[in-house]
Amino acid sequence: MSVWLHIALWAAILFGGAWVFRWAGQQLPNPRTRPYFRDMSYAVAFGFLLAAAALYWTVQLYFVDRVVFFRWAVQGFLFFAAAGWAFRLLGRHVGTPGTRKLFRKMPLTAAFGILVILVYAVVAIFADVLAPFGQEQVFERVNVLPGGNPETGGDPRFLLGTDQIGRDLLSRLIYGAQNTVGIAFVTTCLAFLLGASLGFLAATLGGWLDQLLSRGVDVLMAIPSLIFALLLMTIASAWAGSEKWLLTVYMIVIIAVLDSTRVFRLSRAVGANIVVMDYIEAAKLRGETLTYLIFREILPNAYAPLLAEFGLRFCFVFLTIAALSFLGVGIQPPLADWGTMVRDLSQFINFAGVSPLTAALPLMAAGAIALLTVAVNFVVDWMLYQSSGLKD
Amino acid sequence: MQSVARIIAQRLGLGLVTLFFVSVIIFAAVNMLPGDFAQAILGQGATPEAVEAIRRDLGLDKPPITRYFDWLGGVLQGDFGTSFAAANFRSFTGAETGSGLGSVAAQVAPRFENTLFLAGVTAAIAVPFSLILGVLAALFRNSIFDRAANIGTLTSISSPEFFLAYILILFLAVLNPMLPSLSNIYADMSFGERLERTLLPALTLTLVVTAHMMRMTRAAIINLLASPYIEMARLKGISPLRVIVKHALPNALAPIINVIALNLAYLITGVVVVEVVFVYPGIGQLFVDSVKIRDIPVVQACCLIFAAAYILLNLLADILSILSNPRLRHPK
Repeated sequence: MSVWLHIALWAAILFGGAWVFRWAGQQLPNPRTRPYFRDMSYAVAFGFLLAAAALYWTVQLYFVDRVVFFRWAVQGFLFFAAAGWAFRLLGRHVGTPGTRKLFRKMPLTAAFGILVILVYAVVAIFADVLAPFGQEQVFERVNVLPGGNPETGGDPRFLLGTDQIGRDLLSRLIYGAQNTVGIAFVTTCLAFLLGASLGFLAATLGGWLDQLLSRGVDVLMAIPSLIFALLLMTIASAWAGSEKWLLTVYMIVIIAVLDSTRVFRLSRAVGANIVVMDYIEAAKLRGETLTYLIFREILPNAYAPLLAEFGLRFCFVFLTIAALSFLGVGIQPPLADWGTMVRDLSQFINFAGVSPLTAALPLMAAGAIALLTVAVNFVVDWMLYQSSGLKD
Repeated sequence: MQSVARIIAQRLGLGLVTLFFVSVIIFAAVNMLPGDFAQAILGQGATPEAVEAIRRDLGLDKPPITRYFDWLGGVLQGDFGTSFAAANFRSFTGAETGSGLGSVAAQVAPRFENTLFLAGVTAAIAVPFSLILGVLAALFRNSIFDRAANIGTLTSISSPEFFLAYILILFLAVLNPMLPSLSNIYADMSFGERLERTLLPALTLTLVVTAHMMRMTRAAIINLLASPYIEMARLKGISPLRVIVKHALPNALAPIINVIALNLAYLITGVVVVEVVFVYPGIGQLFVDSVKIRDIPVVQACCLIFAAAYILLNLLADILSILSNPRLRHPK
């Protein structure tokens, strides 16, 4: 009951406080603020109070030891914001005039996104150098707790501890960048190769080929893609048998084909708008080949929407692969990957009250996935905003 | 009104045709399995007699087209066939189990009901919540509130479902034990108890779908704000909230309804991961379990149900947007 009393008390404070706040503002002698408070609606006053209360709760929660996760989240948020800001500052002063101008108009979210993507790329490419151990290396000490402190069950050699069969978790987290991001990137490229070339082909040739491809894509898109991927993975796992790496290859192909349907739709729509242009007509009359038409005339003009779509598609592919791995049918062990890590470590979350760092392990892997998709989304958002000239 | 009925009938027919092709694709995909069902059920060490018996039992000695229409005919009568696990059991004991648990339909039905309950609870929370947030974001556009909501929704839309689920578990189940982190639901549970156990998965799904709906609501309303009639309403001296709720919202309903239906369709896929995280006994959990043990009839049936629900909701979105926008009734 005390919870309800608590909520009621806070509601009373907020609703009453908003009215008092506006009234107090109206009593201020400063003639410049007067009209502002006089015209302020109750909702805006309430919003101010709510924001103040949210700030108060945040600060209060920050110092509660039991929910140390919240402190880490706030610190992480502040750190990333500062890093994004510093990165933008760097970009404004270093580089060619073109990039400097780009950085000058860039919002903080986009700078943050670009920075995160760069960091992921570096970690993925140099995983062999960065990781202290190999991803398949098994040690004799299993279930070492994270923290590296021997008194609390840690081991200074394994900063994040080891898993249930004794593999170093930090190394696996780093290799996860290589495997998960790398496989998602390859899959997206494959999907684009397939979808864009078929889409442009359908747009240029038209006729029965266009009809056939479009109707086929319609039917494929009528099945939810995660469900269809799971069905096909069942069959692929029967085909692959005990060859685990083969299953990963099948997964890349399956997801690439399923996602190429969306790319096909977009590139066909974009291509159809370009094909009716006069310069295409002129190129056709010049007697140019189909390859020339598609790669030299259509592709450069469809570049901007396709690039934005590439970012979004990458996010979807990345999340689909993570979900499949989480469900146990995606990237197969011994390859380290974040989705599988979340599933394997998920039970640790119950130790949140005793050992917060242990409980944070599954969240680190899941958060690594989330961070990259958020970053890509921020960048795509900014690119779309720039190319459309949208200003509300 | 004549034309509306005709358009709806047309769309329904198109949906049925799509569903037919989808069923063909699912059947064809399943038939690409190496070997056949009988071998898949019994595994490597099966005797030829046992394989033969099951093959006859399941009608696998018939040609594929006959089998497809047998399967489709069964599906139309609510008979999805026999689950492999049950068929396997029967081939060893040599007798009917008698409990009726063997049929796929008996396995799927109660779980389908649970999933509908979860989706219903989610929709009941997410739809009003995202509408209110969207209207507020449109009302206070370009303010700090709008930007914070924008960043928040973008973050939640791009996080994997299991990340949101574990964060909710961490804060609402482990650190502050308010809600159970495992949603084990039984048939004879009271509604309140059921609701309590469903709340955490429903909240996760809410976080996933709210973002998209809220952004669309905001965009649809803001699109209209430049229209002359909104200008007029503003010049009359109506309050901004009233302008949006009474004048802009009704005209923005078409895209909003569309996006709500699409998100409910999205729920159908999102439900799989969330059900696995919370061990919620729904159809998504059954689907993933069957995928792991390769129980093909169950996988086939679940896939068909998911696809049917997806097509149906998309169809609904289509029809509702035609009904709410008369201009779409007269295609050029």
